[in-house]
Amino acid sequence: MGYEFIEGNEAISRAAIKAGCDFFAGYPITPASSILQYMLKLLPPLGGTAIQAEDEIASMGFCIGAAMAGRKVMTATSGPGISLYSENIGLAIMGETPMVIVNIQRQGPATGSATKGAESDIQFTRWSTSGGLPIIALSPATVTEAYELTFRAFNMAEQYRVPVFLLGNKEIGVMQEGVDLDKVELPPLYNRRKIPADKPVHPHDFESPSDVPAMADFGGDRVVRYTTSTHDKAAYLTTDPVLIEEMLEHYRAKIETAIHDIALYREDFQEGAETLVVSYGVTSRSVAVAVRQARSAGQKVSSLVLQTLWPVPSKAILAAMDGIKKVIVPEMNLGQYILEIERLAPKGIQVVGVSKMNTKLLSPSEILGKGGLL
Amino acid sequence: MSEHSTYMTKAIGPLPFCPGCGHTTIIKALDKALVKLQPDPAKVVIVTDIGCIGLSDRYFTTSAFHGLHGRSITYACGLKLARPELTVVALKGDGGCGIGGTHLLNVARRNIGITLIVANNFNYGMTGGQHSVTTPSDATTSTTPWGNVERPMDLAATAAAAGAAWVNRTTSFDGQLSDIIATAIQQPGFAMLDIWELCMAYYAPRNKLRKSGLTAMLDEYGFELGQIADRPRPEYSERYRAVFQQRRTEERARPAIEVEFGNAVPRQTGIIIAGSAGQKIKSTASLFARAAMASGLHATQKDDYPITVMTGHSVAELIISPERIDYTGIDSPDFFILLSEDGLNRTRKQVEKLPETCVLYAEETIRLPKTRARVRRYPFIAAARKVSKLSLASLALATMIEEKGFFPLDAMSWAISSFQKPKVAETNLKAVAAGSALAQGHQPEHQPERDQS
Repeated sequence: MGYEFIEGNEAISRAAIKAGCDFFAGYPITPASSILQYMLKLLPPLGGTAIQAEDEIASMGFCIGAAMAGRKVMTATSGPGISLYSENIGLAIMGETPMVIVNIQRQGPATGSATKGAESDIQFTRWSTSGGLPIIALSPATVTEAYELTFRAFNMAEQYRVPVFLLGNKEIGVMQEGVDLDKVELPPLYNRRKIPADKPVHPHDFESPSDVPAMADFGGDRVVRYTTSTHDKAAYLTTDPVLIEEMLEHYRAKIETAIHDIALYREDFQEGAETLVVSYGVTSRSVAVAVRQARSAGQKVSSLVLQTLWPVPSKAILAAMDGIKKVIVPEMNLGQYILEIERLAPKGIQVVGVSKMNTKLLSPSEILGKGGLL
Repeated sequence: MSEHSTYMTKAIGPLPFCPGCGHTTIIKALDKALVKLQPDPAKVVIVTDIGCIGLSDRYFTTSAFHGLHGRSITYACGLKLARPELTVVALKGDGGCGIGGTHLLNVARRNIGITLIVANNFNYGMTGGQHSVTTPSDATTSTTPWGNVERPMDLAATAAAAGAAWVNRTTSFDGQLSDIIATAIQQPGFAMLDIWELCMAYYAPRNKLRKSGLTAMLDEYGFELGQIADRPRPEYSERYRAVFQQRRTEERARPAIEVEFGNAVPRQTGIIIAGSAGQKIKSTASLFARAAMASGLHATQKDDYPITVMTGHSVAELIISPERIDYTGIDSPDFFILLSEDGLNRTRKQVEKLPETCVLYAEETIRLPKTRARVRRYPFIAAARKVSKLSLASLALATMIEEKGFFPLDAMSWAISSFQKPKVAETNLKAVAAGSALAQGHQPEHQPERDQS
């Protein structure tokens, strides 16, 4: 397509197509609606299915059913929709369902500011479901990155058999900017691993807890099972505490032992810096300006931009904090990801949040001022 | 393929239901129906809801999907939409029809070809016999200890009213039950079977309900037994393939943007265009952005407009820059174009705070608040009227481009010709010429204006 001027939601939709997404279900919600509209235009001519469900719960139900029948699925919503997705996020985790969930964040709580951007749902994404098992969440800062990370989200969903969230923001989703999507470097497409014909259909089979089981699609040659209840490796309900514990450890381990493969981040370190800014999403663009300004004023500042928010790229964060005395965490919320930074920061490092939750972007000058970089 | 004599397994023991529970009869009748139809077990999915009936899927040798309470219809639809060739049978109770009521209405309306079997025993057996949407009035349950003050819902008639192609109601005592289930499964579209039965643990003993009492209940409420609806129409996926997948997108392929023009923009520049709905603010701003890109600049655009899109303000925020654009906010606009009172009302606080470095292009009929910006007054509306009022934004942007020389007006004309339909483009090209002429007959820049209000 060459050089284009498009919004983030279009880039997300086209990345989904590029990744082989062939099923989409969604419910209209500002500022994610245009993804539903793009998918309804893009998918059917390719033989895929896109449907507007009766509500967010059905969107998730349709997607989970289709994913287990062999489709690559995506759904898109915003905060109020994620609230309704919650029960089925738990089911998708339980059933090890590969799926991509796009959240074009807007300011909450409740209906909040429907047409305004925010980073409202950072911790909610991690803890939205009963049981508290890990998921994967990626956060793009630009329209181009929305394309790249959506593609990667599909790969990770298939590779780890888990819901992968694309944590967007109205400020990216419905902002237009120049992109050349042909030039985006994408990893090879990850194809779903299928249970070999000579192996029994055990949809949750693993030797080591961190193994990701191969799948058998509903509608394939062999009978397959799926269940919301605690279950054994063959997906039969179990009440055996040993089996239950083993399965839950598997859900945890398959994500947490893969942290370093899932972790995506950008480093802009300065030799001798004692201040580090950790940011993500659209706010990282303000940070880029703030860091340039601070450096041109003679300050030494390092910057770490996280594209993977969950699981926490702890190794990268700890490495970035080496030799640092102060970490600044700017966020378009009341301070959510800062909890992870505070948890990781070695004793003696000062962690300073720069929070803003009034629907407006954090500006470079606010980051400089409130972060004490002036 | 050898004939299947059953689709159930005894490997995990007998069915778990209480003695006399209708669920046992229903599950065995479903098995018998499958034996009659002889499908490949791998091509059948039994989808179960939460509730006692949800315990039954693991006794089948078919594929099985046990999901969340009230949502079985949605998983069944997802499976069926993904693979229309599958036989998908959802089993749920009356409780599931309450919490998942909207899914029942919508699957009936859409006619997605799943079979829904409701094991309707008028209460929640799994959680201790609480009342459900089908509990008869005055009935005693653990949550209606002094009698139910609600009226029962007619599930079959509700599904029929929502447009279900095939609906039948019977009881678990019906000798034809397996044949009725087989007929339901054979329907190409959505088929629902509402099977009334006895919960031996709670509802039946508490309310002294026996087999004979079921028909008395039907009579009391005037609910019908037997075939409630039988009006086949094309199944959803069939319709979907016929309508959606045959359709090719009619949109013109958008041309790629090549850098063909030069620019004279030395640094990141923020431009705000504030007008009204219907003034083509958004679309014209994006043409300006593409023109900037064709002139070697980076560009971003954000729009602000009310939910009621055909009324009120429409404001576009544009940034153009020779460098990559990081921060996409405009704290201090470099240029501001004001085209209507709606636009001013939305941006008044911003206009009042504009710095002296900002050039404000204002439609001359608008009463401006006090501002430090350098004001350029133009009769944009009067000039646009001579071309088309829909070309106001193109005209005003052309005036600014001509005056400030960001990039050649040819770049704007290129964007208009490349991204707009020929007729619209023709009008806008005239507007560009008119806007350019306005700039050429310009007056000198004003000093900061006094408050006129």
